[in-house]
Amino acid sequence: MNAQASNYNFAYLDEQTKRMIRRAILKAIAVPGYQVPFASREMPMPYGWGTGGVQVTASILGPDDVLKVIDQGADDTTNAVSIRKFFQRVAGVETTTSTEEATIIQTRHRIPEAPLQEGQVLVYQVPIPEPLRFLEPRETETRKMHALEEYGLMHVKLYEDIARNGHIATTYAYPVKVEGRYVMDPSPTPKFDNPKMHMSPALQLFGAGREKRIYAVPPHTEVVSLDFEDHPFEVQRFDKPCALCGAEQVYLDEVVLDDRGGRMFVCSDTHHCESRQAAGHRGEMSGEALS
Amino acid sequence: MLNEATALEGGFSDPVLNAQSVFRAVMDAMAKPATVVEVDAVVTPPAPLGRAAGAVACALIDADTPFWLDASLAEHAALRAWLAFHTGAREMATCSDVAFALVGAPATMPPLDRFAQGTQEYPDRSATLILQVPSLEGGAPLTFEGPGIRDRVVLAPRGLPRDLAFQWKANRKRFPRGVDLILTTGDAIACLPRSVRLVEMEG
Repeated sequence: MNAQASNYNFAYLDEQTKRMIRRAILKAIAVPGYQVPFASREMPMPYGWGTGGVQVTASILGPDDVLKVIDQGADDTTNAVSIRKFFQRVAGVETTTSTEEATIIQTRHRIPEAPLQEGQVLVYQVPIPEPLRFLEPRETETRKMHALEEYGLMHVKLYEDIARNGHIATTYAYPVKVEGRYVMDPSPTPKFDNPKMHMSPALQLFGAGREKRIYAVPPHTEVVSLDFEDHPFEVQRFDKPCALCGAEQVYLDEVVLDDRGGRMFVCSDTHHCESRQAAGHRGEMSGEALS
Repeated sequence: MLNEATALEGGFSDPVLNAQSVFRAVMDAMAKPATVVEVDAVVTPPAPLGRAAGAVACALIDADTPFWLDASLAEHAALRAWLAFHTGAREMATCSDVAFALVGAPATMPPLDRFAQGTQEYPDRSATLILQVPSLEGGAPLTFEGPGIRDRVVLAPRGLPRDLAFQWKANRKRFPRGVDLILTTGDAIACLPRSVRLVEMEG
């Protein structure tokens, strides 16, 4: 609290806005996977920078919370740094890069590698909340499709992937079905992260600022990636472990090193990678100077 | 007839942080249904409204959300004045199209299907019922399963309608339409979002 900027309300938003968002969050939890419309506000950052996630975080945040913000798994990229600073300034909350210590984690497009715990809240920044939007542009129609549980079009889309490519070529924003009812967009996370949503002990909240939607997955909730019996859902696999910490079974980013085809693969989750290195794990390029 | 001071006092002493803390308790309770959660119930509403029910009302209800009081609460003018002052919301005479209902005597409340259920396209346009029960323990045990519940969880509130099990099954059958319940007593709450299923009713 001590460092909070005194000319803003706690956590920036006014109280009536917070109440409106809080009511939407409660409805979203009560109907898992359903997109609740809300009166999204203009935030002091452009759409596409996580205004939905920021409004959700601002509405749930309290002075005792410890906030972590990640952008594509990293704590130190522009989007993560600016949102973390925003809440330090307008709410005076403690921030961390540690997945274990955080009570609220706002994320753009990744789920941390370290397993989440009971009581933690994961807030996703969502660009396009409607999984059917690129198949049917009319909101009135997609509403009706969700109402009637008519998801045949989504299966046709996945089938067309197989017909063209021999496998389901969707690699991010891979559609899931929540509790056997609503088809939901997990936001543009790699499909590698989809299994982590299933029966997670943490509460998952999704905020789409420009599209004015909030949705949720409560803890211990069934989240199933759509697939076919003969083409079951599979996650990405990587040929090599992380070049810095040697981690396997994690999501890796490709980093181009030079203009002669040199490249390395490193953990996208910076906190996971750094804590492994601190614990003595080494990858094949660890300690090498980059030329 | 009205004591003005009663209406003006007893609200949140720190509206911003008190509302946040009460909301987090409700969010927590909604995310792990049928589990008792303590509320830092920092309000003192006029009788017979309880502290937890009053705190939830102050945290969630405002000018955008008309509310309804059951007869056991509506007969207390001081309480109505207190709610009007601290929430700024309109009180409606009928229960069928309000966003929130405050119920002081759940045993004799109208059936759940008399409240707004939302539509199939917009199931969020439904009522949230804040029920004040004598206790969240010691009643007939109700076993629930569903989103937010790891395996199963048992809640045994007292003072609910006799046919609640039947009504809840009907409410669940209407999913995604339906009402959500916030049970309150003293400084504690437990939530029953429409997503949870009643497994059995015998204890």
